[in-house]
Amino acid sequence: MSSSPEPLVVVRGVSKRFTMHRDKSVKDRILYFRSRKQSRDDFWALTDVSFEVGLGETVGLIGHNGSGKSTLLKVIGGIVDPTTGSILRRGRVAALLELGAGFHPDLSGRDNVYLNAAILGMSSDQTDAVFDDIVEFSGIGEFIDSQVKFYSSGMYVRLAFAVAVHSDPDLLLVDEVLAVGDEPFQQKCMAKIRQFQREGRTIVLVSHSAEQVADVCSRTIVLDGGRVVHDGGVGEGIRVLREGYERDRIQAQEAAAAKLRPDEAVSLDAVRILDVTVAGADDRPVGSVPVERGSDLAITIHAEVRSPIDWIVGFTLESITGHMVYRLNSEGLGLDLPRAPGTYSVRFDLRDTNFGRDRLIVSAGATTLDGTTLDLLNPAATIDFREDPSGAGFMQFDTVGTVAPFAAP
Amino acid sequence: MSSTATPPPGYRTVNGPLEEVGRSGGRGRSTVAAVREILAHRELLGRLVSRELRAKYKNSSLGILWSLIRPLAQLLIYYIAIGQFLGAARSIPDFAIFVFTGLTVWGLYSEIVSAGTSSILSNSGLVKKVYVPREIFPLATVGGALFNFVVQFVILIGATIVAGKPPLHPALLYAPMSVILVVILGTAFALVLSALNVYLRDVQHLVEILLLVFFWASPIVYSMGFVNNALQGSWLEEVYLANPVTLAIIGMQKAMWVAGTNDPAQYWPDYLLLRMVIALVVSLVVLWVAQRVFSRLQGNFAQEL
Repeated sequence: MSSSPEPLVVVRGVSKRFTMHRDKSVKDRILYFRSRKQSRDDFWALTDVSFEVGLGETVGLIGHNGSGKSTLLKVIGGIVDPTTGSILRRGRVAALLELGAGFHPDLSGRDNVYLNAAILGMSSDQTDAVFDDIVEFSGIGEFIDSQVKFYSSGMYVRLAFAVAVHSDPDLLLVDEVLAVGDEPFQQKCMAKIRQFQREGRTIVLVSHSAEQVADVCSRTIVLDGGRVVHDGGVGEGIRVLREGYERDRIQAQEAAAAKLRPDEAVSLDAVRILDVTVAGADDRPVGSVPVERGSDLAITIHAEVRSPIDWIVGFTLESITGHMVYRLNSEGLGLDLPRAPGTYSVRFDLRDTNFGRDRLIVSAGATTLDGTTLDLLNPAATIDFREDPSGAGFMQFDTVGTVAPFAAP
Repeated sequence: MSSTATPPPGYRTVNGPLEEVGRSGGRGRSTVAAVREILAHRELLGRLVSRELRAKYKNSSLGILWSLIRPLAQLLIYYIAIGQFLGAARSIPDFAIFVFTGLTVWGLYSEIVSAGTSSILSNSGLVKKVYVPREIFPLATVGGALFNFVVQFVILIGATIVAGKPPLHPALLYAPMSVILVVILGTAFALVLSALNVYLRDVQHLVEILLLVFFWASPIVYSMGFVNNALQGSWLEEVYLANPVTLAIIGMQKAMWVAGTNDPAQYWPDYLLLRMVIALVVSLVVLWVAQRVFSRLQGNFAQEL
């Protein structure tokens, strides 16, 4: 995809197999020597992964639990060797896979800073030069000379992060560690990451937070079952990830439904969402024409009830990066929907809309009264809006600015 | 983005070619590459050694003295039980110095092997989370063992001076050779055993037992003369002398135990120097093989731990 002329990391056809032995002791190995082949389980954590990361790129690695993100990061970091394929890399790497991995609880913060810096490849002189900055950034203050085992977990993490970001890396590998620490420190971390971006350092970030990825990354790679299913834009990547979640949810639900006895099971295909239309005030579909501020919108969900059930239907508007902007359902409106089978149109009228994003994605869903999802249509439609000429945000307004001399009362 | 575009001021550029990371398909990294990598991390090696030493004696009021108390207690036991009760001291002049010389060399060897064996396991946090050449961890235990050895060795020299027999004679040259021999062989075992211990935890228990056995397979608390009396120069004595650690201990005794070196009644094996040189060459080959084995095994450390 967006490979720059001089990539910093090249991943070529990397696969990683984990072999799980059930036998561990000598006794087991001798007793079951003949059947060793059967006592092994192979598990492919990564399958034929190839991509390049260019200089100065910030790549978000996303995927659900067990999709191979962390393994991929470890392979890039050289901690785990790939089974096949190769990794090429240049420059200095700092891996923030687990903060404080090299900390020794019995040593002082100061000793641990030097030790951790040495692990990250810094010499004593280089560490001396940034030592004060590290202490300053971590906010540890006078505790730097007490033993690390007396630190709170927040202090621990702060000190470790401070060392890593001061090790002057060309490539920073970050694995979900930014979620720890209090809010001011998280903001500090994000500010540091942005500074790294401005300086043209390359960052590969694993995160479960779509917002965080949308916030800092210029590109996402989505992994599913050890394969790359998307490599490119952030918004698109997050959508792919969400679709993956949705597919998993449906599978889980079907599996759960299969276990239930028929008489007590809620028939999960009792309601089908057929389609969603978005129309203007004149009842004409908006299509791809940008909607002007102040326009009325009508979102109509066509749904089919197949067997009698109490149900709720509604829609969600999301930005392309996955931020929820607005949500409305029939329950919120106090609308009772008919139980009887048939096809219905549920219309939601939104007067004087003033959404600020240039594009919103509409998804529609139907649930039972206790919230079990019956059907979901995502994405169901998109709505484009005329851009706000002056402001930016989720909303837009008719704005005027004036200036006048300030007279104190 | 074109390659001719000039980056904005302050924008980072990375020079240098792409280099392959890790090894796929079980290929080990070459020994030369490994040595170069370890040299590049020598600062870390130093810090790991000092971490081990400092963390070990942190919060203990006697601190480093503890590393002396153990060999001194051993010395006392062997001096009384074997020297006086069993009467070994009658035929071995300066028995205390003799025993302490052997204990010092053996202590170095056994500490390298036993601490080295568990080194990867006890640093699993680091092995799993960051990439450093893994040979660093067994090597750091070698450094820690050498430090303890130096402390004991200083005591030994002090004891010879107090006894009025400082080791100022040409045979002193056996001392550095003994140390080198023990360190090389010990490091080789530490590398292989630490890697095997990751896959099979039984190794560390086995090593403890074997060290206990091999302690008695070297002339530490009895002299070589007893062995010669029993085996009468037969092939079994050659087998006994084929143990590089035995040679290192005899070499160190020749260097430090002046009372024995000057005593015509003591038995010293022939061609000691030649034997030690051969043992050194063999140990170097073993060390190289050990590094190859380690290199092959280390690829899966992170997932096996």
